[in-house]
Amino acid sequence: MRLSTGGQIDRARQLSFRFDGRYYKGHPGDTLASALMANGVRLMGRSFKYHRPRGVLTAGSDEPNALVELRSGGRQEPNTRATVTELFDGLRAAPQNAWPSLKFDALAINDRLSNFLTAGFYYKTFMWPAAFWEKLYEPIIRRAAGLGVIATKPDPDAYDKGFLHCDLLIIGAGPSGLMAALTAGRAGARVIVADEDFRMGGRLNAETYALSDMAGSNWAAQTVAELASLPNVRLMPRMTVFGAFDHGIYGAVERVADHLPTPPEGKPRQTLWRIYTQRTLLCAGALERPIAFANNDRPGIMTASALRAYVNRWAVAPAETVAVFTNNDDGHRTATDLIAKGVKVAALIDTRPDAPAVAGTELLAGAQVIDTAGRLGLTAITVRLANGRTRKLAVGALGVAGGWNPNVALTCHQRGRPAWDARIAAFTPAGDLPPGMRIAGAAGGQFSTHAALATGAEKAAQALSDLGITATRPDLPQAEDAPVKITPFWHVKTDKRAWLDFQNDVTVKDVKLAHQEGFRAVEHLKRYTTLGMATDQGKTSNMGGLAVMAELTGQTIAQTGTTMFRPPYTPVAMGALAGRATGPQFRPTRLTPSHHWAREQGAVFVEVGMWLRAQWFPRPGETTWRESVDREVRATRGSVGVCDVTTLGKIDVQGRDAAAFLNRIYCNGFAKLAVGRVRYGLMLREDGIAFDDGTAARLAEDHFVVTTTTANAVPVYRHMEFARQCLWHEMDVQLISTTEAWAQYAIAGPNARRLLQKLVDPGIDVSNEAFPFMACAEITICNGCPARLFRISFSGELAYELAVPTRYGDALIRRIMAEGAEFDVTPYGTEALGVMRIEKGHAAGNELNGTTTALNLGMGRMVSTKKDSIGAVLSRREGLTTSDALNLVGFRPKDPQARIPAGAHLLETGAKAVAANDLGYVTSACYSPTLESHIAIGFLKNGQERMGEHLRAASPLTGEDVEIEIVSAHFVDPEGERLRA
Amino acid sequence: MHDLVPLTALGVTEPRCDTIGPVTITESPDWALASVAARQGQETACRSALEKLLGAEAPGIAAYASGETLSAFWIGPDVWMVEALYASHPDLAARVKATCADTASVTDQTGAWARFDLSGENLSRLMERLCNLDMGKMQAGHARRTLIEHMGCFVICHTEQFTLYSPRSSAQSLHHALITAAKSVF
Repeated sequence: MRLSTGGQIDRARQLSFRFDGRYYKGHPGDTLASALMANGVRLMGRSFKYHRPRGVLTAGSDEPNALVELRSGGRQEPNTRATVTELFDGLRAAPQNAWPSLKFDALAINDRLSNFLTAGFYYKTFMWPAAFWEKLYEPIIRRAAGLGVIATKPDPDAYDKGFLHCDLLIIGAGPSGLMAALTAGRAGARVIVADEDFRMGGRLNAETYALSDMAGSNWAAQTVAELASLPNVRLMPRMTVFGAFDHGIYGAVERVADHLPTPPEGKPRQTLWRIYTQRTLLCAGALERPIAFANNDRPGIMTASALRAYVNRWAVAPAETVAVFTNNDDGHRTATDLIAKGVKVAALIDTRPDAPAVAGTELLAGAQVIDTAGRLGLTAITVRLANGRTRKLAVGALGVAGGWNPNVALTCHQRGRPAWDARIAAFTPAGDLPPGMRIAGAAGGQFSTHAALATGAEKAAQALSDLGITATRPDLPQAEDAPVKITPFWHVKTDKRAWLDFQNDVTVKDVKLAHQEGFRAVEHLKRYTTLGMATDQGKTSNMGGLAVMAELTGQTIAQTGTTMFRPPYTPVAMGALAGRATGPQFRPTRLTPSHHWAREQGAVFVEVGMWLRAQWFPRPGETTWRESVDREVRATRGSVGVCDVTTLGKIDVQGRDAAAFLNRIYCNGFAKLAVGRVRYGLMLREDGIAFDDGTAARLAEDHFVVTTTTANAVPVYRHMEFARQCLWHEMDVQLISTTEAWAQYAIAGPNARRLLQKLVDPGIDVSNEAFPFMACAEITICNGCPARLFRISFSGELAYELAVPTRYGDALIRRIMAEGAEFDVTPYGTEALGVMRIEKGHAAGNELNGTTTALNLGMGRMVSTKKDSIGAVLSRREGLTTSDALNLVGFRPKDPQARIPAGAHLLETGAKAVAANDLGYVTSACYSPTLESHIAIGFLKNGQERMGEHLRAASPLTGEDVEIEIVSAHFVDPEGERLRA
Repeated sequence: MHDLVPLTALGVTEPRCDTIGPVTITESPDWALASVAARQGQETACRSALEKLLGAEAPGIAAYASGETLSAFWIGPDVWMVEALYASHPDLAARVKATCADTASVTDQTGAWARFDLSGENLSRLMERLCNLDMGKMQAGHARRTLIEHMGCFVICHTEQFTLYSPRSSAQSLHHALITAAKSVF
């Protein structure tokens, strides 16, 4: 119910929202949880395993219970915490893990079966038969136990990402964070203040403390206003810092539009920020922990600080009559605040026999809550008094105060281990903090408001001092400075179930079972019982579990230790991690200079690395890709074809030592290559395995252009730079990529020269005599356009590669097509390119596969013995030069129409298809329209000696088993007469 | 004069220009680029030649310097990229080579890069969504190499303007990122 006055909500405006099929009203400033409670709704969800009715436990991001499915369709977001969901008009939320309804959940039967569903029950129960686990048991368990349902439609919203830099990152804008920001902001430092709440101020907004002469929440608002006016301070509310990573880098998610029905046009829902900071101040506060007792999970039972927050910040009382159960003085504040707001507090139950009295309610000192009642929400509690008698109290809500845990999660992300502090009965940050991190306020165990303000100012000044910035500490407002008075008390002994982890339905009994079965180390306890797993990561439960285990083992809590806290602090949406990189924008796409033209031709594109290359160009009437590819091959071999080969890497090599450098990079000789000539070259890795092949054209004495395969353009460049900078820094060599500077086309086929002659400028002689095979020149075409011409051939035909500055690439393909019309010039794609190179027996990526040597590739003699080059020595290793080494050979099927499966292994006729009988494998296969037969190339042991023999190519994967003949890999024009024509 | 019609990196004849909020993003194809890498032992001579070309000192590490018609930015130890308007310097690489002669290796890089100019207010709010450069410390005359959406780009800071050079073949990917990020901020 909503109190008549108070709260930081805008009562002048009403927001309408729907939960579990019913409509309600709330106000700006509400969370979904506060608005539901204002409407008398305590039941918000069902528990994970037992389907127990649950309401809110907390008022913050540590909430384990009140999880809902927010929104619908592609925007549906499961496991959303109602306690931090900012209310907006039109909000739609549904309860989760309940069927058919929240109030009547059929699977609540699990609660009756709890004796069978203890920790680890499924490991013990569903052991046989093994195959049933995946197909039967797991699906059933997953259906019965669980959290929300993910959206099955694509998320229509955008997510963004970015990078921030600052001197000081302040995490948390409570009293310590705000005072730190004031100190650093006034000193002129670049400050980022991140706070997960939509209203900065932290506990100041939830408490009634005065700071000097004003309410704490007003002081927070005034301080935020001053900080907002400072240009060097960036306030980032609705932003959770979820991880502390290496080198002062923090991950944070800003919920830009989660508080709106839909993000404004073009705006992201969330932004993932990577924050680079010199220093960090963690002001993340502390989280209150509950006490375990029988049936302590009913809706209406929550932490005392949450109860106080709902009353103070949102003017909401979950019930007319409440009680408070505490082991420390902070619980008394809840009672005092509620009484002040007119809420009836039936009793203050304090486990301490010497607890101080509170005006306005009955103190039950030395008492414990031993049971509760109420099917869908709390109706009564049973208290065992100090004298052993029991008393039943009719209450609709119970605030439980078990003490506060400093929020140490981010201090542990670089393997820091917190230390036990008996003063506050909690772990505080210790050990290896993330470099540059300091802690202030409650996160460091300083629980009073005064201490929070003082340490905020002090630690900020220290952090700035590290950076050479002098900060004057602002005057501290007067604030309460009460000491922590707590007598640790973790659980009320009972035979009934007392919940420790509300999200995973882990009870004190489960911890006892883990202990009994030997899972006593905290990490084992976690895995066995699931304590501290799932979306809340045990923020409210870990301590209780550790304490019970410590009690059982007889160790101290300090000796028992904590499990490791890891990022993310709270769940991060996958969408936020993806940012803008989704769908077609998942990664950059590289387009060839002829891309737009090819698209006009209806080309089918294929991704080659990041490039989109035309795979084939379908023509009307062609119904299969094979028809198009066969036509492109026939047209090229019959007249002339053109193909965009811009994607091949081009590395410009210059310098006095350029030739000597390449001579060491390539295994074959380059020192004596004449100017105006091109040579095929093979590069080896250090270990003697073939790395990449291509050509090097010598444009001048001191100037080469090296080409690489498309896939290896970057690795080859990196390899060459490594050699230049690290191996032979004494050489005068300069390298730079020119891959994208030139648009390059292969013009291939018997009519290639006649077509080229129509393009080159007068006076440029491209006859065979003047410009023979493997010639190169810098020329002009089309009346003065600068160009480079190379007479090289991958197809095996008379062929040229013609390059022009990239901006003219589109114009050139159109000109080639226009001038070549009389020869019926045909564009061909990568498939036809592949067919022609297989027909010619040219190795490509399938053959240079990282396991093969020059010898395997039939190029063993290319590895020069007259010089040293990278990989040459190791290529001569004994193991690589055995007499039965693999040789690249060709295969023809006995039946020309029988497909040879690529990847098939080679076997003797009649041999069993097992590894021991393996003779080699097929690397590339295609249908050859030239030979009107399927063909393939691949590696066969001692293959060169087995020409004419018959073997089988068997693929256990596809079930194909084809009889083949071993032939030369050079199917077409083995003497190379065409390319020299 | 040849009659081949050039296309911009975005595949159009007229450069694209988008204004989003206070920011204008313009494709600027009218620039010629040439890389200049000093030959070994010729570093000082190369710098002198560059100074002669620019009419200004060769830019230092991660810096940009501008003369009357030519400008240059540092891209590596003793390696620079020289810029000039394409209309007046279609043969920029040849001209640079003529001046640097044997002191440097020169390549034509005009076609290798797409250029986008960003102008307007609050550019740092846009840039912080694109790359991890510290925008609070970028000043006119700074030239940095950084990753934007996985692409290796040059970012040059001018007075109230940024120039981005990205690999030409993926210009449309960078353009998409620029437009999306701008809409997300403004």
